[in-house]
Amino acid sequence: MNGAQDLGGMMGFGPVEPEPDEPVFHAEWERRAFALTVAMGASGLWNLDGSRHARESLHPARYLSSTYYQIWLEGLTRLLGEAGLVTPEELAAGRQLVAPAPIRQVLAAGDVERVLTTGAGTSREPQAAARFEAGQTVRARNMHPFGHTRLPRYLRGRKGEVVSVHGAHVFPDSHAHGLGEDPQWLYTVRFAARELWGEDRNARDTVHADLWEPYLEPV
Amino acid sequence: MSHDHDHSDGPAISETVLRVKALESLLVEKGYVDAQALDRLIDTYENKVGPRNGAAVVARAWADPEFRRWLLADATAAIGSFGFSGRQGEHMMALENTPQTHNMVVCTLCSCYPWPVLGLPPVWYKSAAYRSRAVLEPRQVLAEFGVVLPEDTEVRVWDSTAELRYLVVPMRPPGTEDWSEDRLAPLVTRDSMIGTGLALAPEAVP
Repeated sequence: MNGAQDLGGMMGFGPVEPEPDEPVFHAEWERRAFALTVAMGASGLWNLDGSRHARESLHPARYLSSTYYQIWLEGLTRLLGEAGLVTPEELAAGRQLVAPAPIRQVLAAGDVERVLTTGAGTSREPQAAARFEAGQTVRARNMHPFGHTRLPRYLRGRKGEVVSVHGAHVFPDSHAHGLGEDPQWLYTVRFAARELWGEDRNARDTVHADLWEPYLEPV
Repeated sequence: MSHDHDHSDGPAISETVLRVKALESLLVEKGYVDAQALDRLIDTYENKVGPRNGAAVVARAWADPEFRRWLLADATAAIGSFGFSGRQGEHMMALENTPQTHNMVVCTLCSCYPWPVLGLPPVWYKSAAYRSRAVLEPRQVLAEFGVVLPEDTEVRVWDSTAELRYLVVPMRPPGTEDWSEDRLAPLVTRDSMIGTGLALAPEAVP
């Protein structure tokens, strides 16, 4: 979706401001918001792509004026409601008012290390032969889906070259919406800075992005 | 997104603090989360997993040519040999900086970052300023970080749009030719592994 999360190429946000000796978290509530999000992600009721979609679905004004973990809190709250795990009245009260819904898995303290070090890879058996190969020129499609996508706006309609082929991976555009993993071939595509931003750019500079086959068309 | 300290025009932090407390109480009471698991998740990324992991990987790549080849060919396995693996690092790629090519990593769409080797990302990496500008004007962003590159060096920006996660292998500083891995590791900064910095010069460490 063309939401506020799709920031590549926007202007007006000012300088990047690194913080010397930055702590991992800046407040206790950030620690808890982070951990609640990761722990509830283990419930099996939604996936990472659905989580990203919940965050990017925030109203753009709210997204851009919220801090990072405030956006996570909004995303988690939305997912919990959609999954029927909590009611708005419970969120307001901070206590249980209706019986808990069945949940596939509760992340136990003893399982944290194993779950984190195992992760959840997205590589899958391909469903068909790859349409593109390294060295081939492709164009990112001019597409504007209303649902989740990982094709940024600044690449749409632009020509690039496939530099590597990574096998098939879970397709976020389907996976975020409960449509299964729908594995699609994944490619790294190199775009010249001049193709993206115009002729006044350095002729050598490039931007690489990892793009699924349905985002690409042959040239 | 506003900077984490600037909450003048966003949702009030005081309200957020109360909401997080209420949410945690509710989720624990309903049996959906184990409070001890939360503590362990926080402890992992606050105290155990961070950029020292990535620095150990880079130092070995500098000191051991065979490991360097392995890292560039199969980063997930090479990094896994240190025991660094899993969440947000399931499919690792290593990008080697050279005098001809400077690599720099961003996630314009969210905050994708290689957790097992770098830990959780700093606020600036997740900021709207970095996410919007890294692809549009990388040389200006690098200059703000104090990195000014020759015009004939290719700046390669990597937008982490899928589940591949990138670790930049910065150039080894001159004057460290006979240094051991352990001595090299402190030269490898977090920013040098994102590509917004260079490795430290030998005289920068005690």
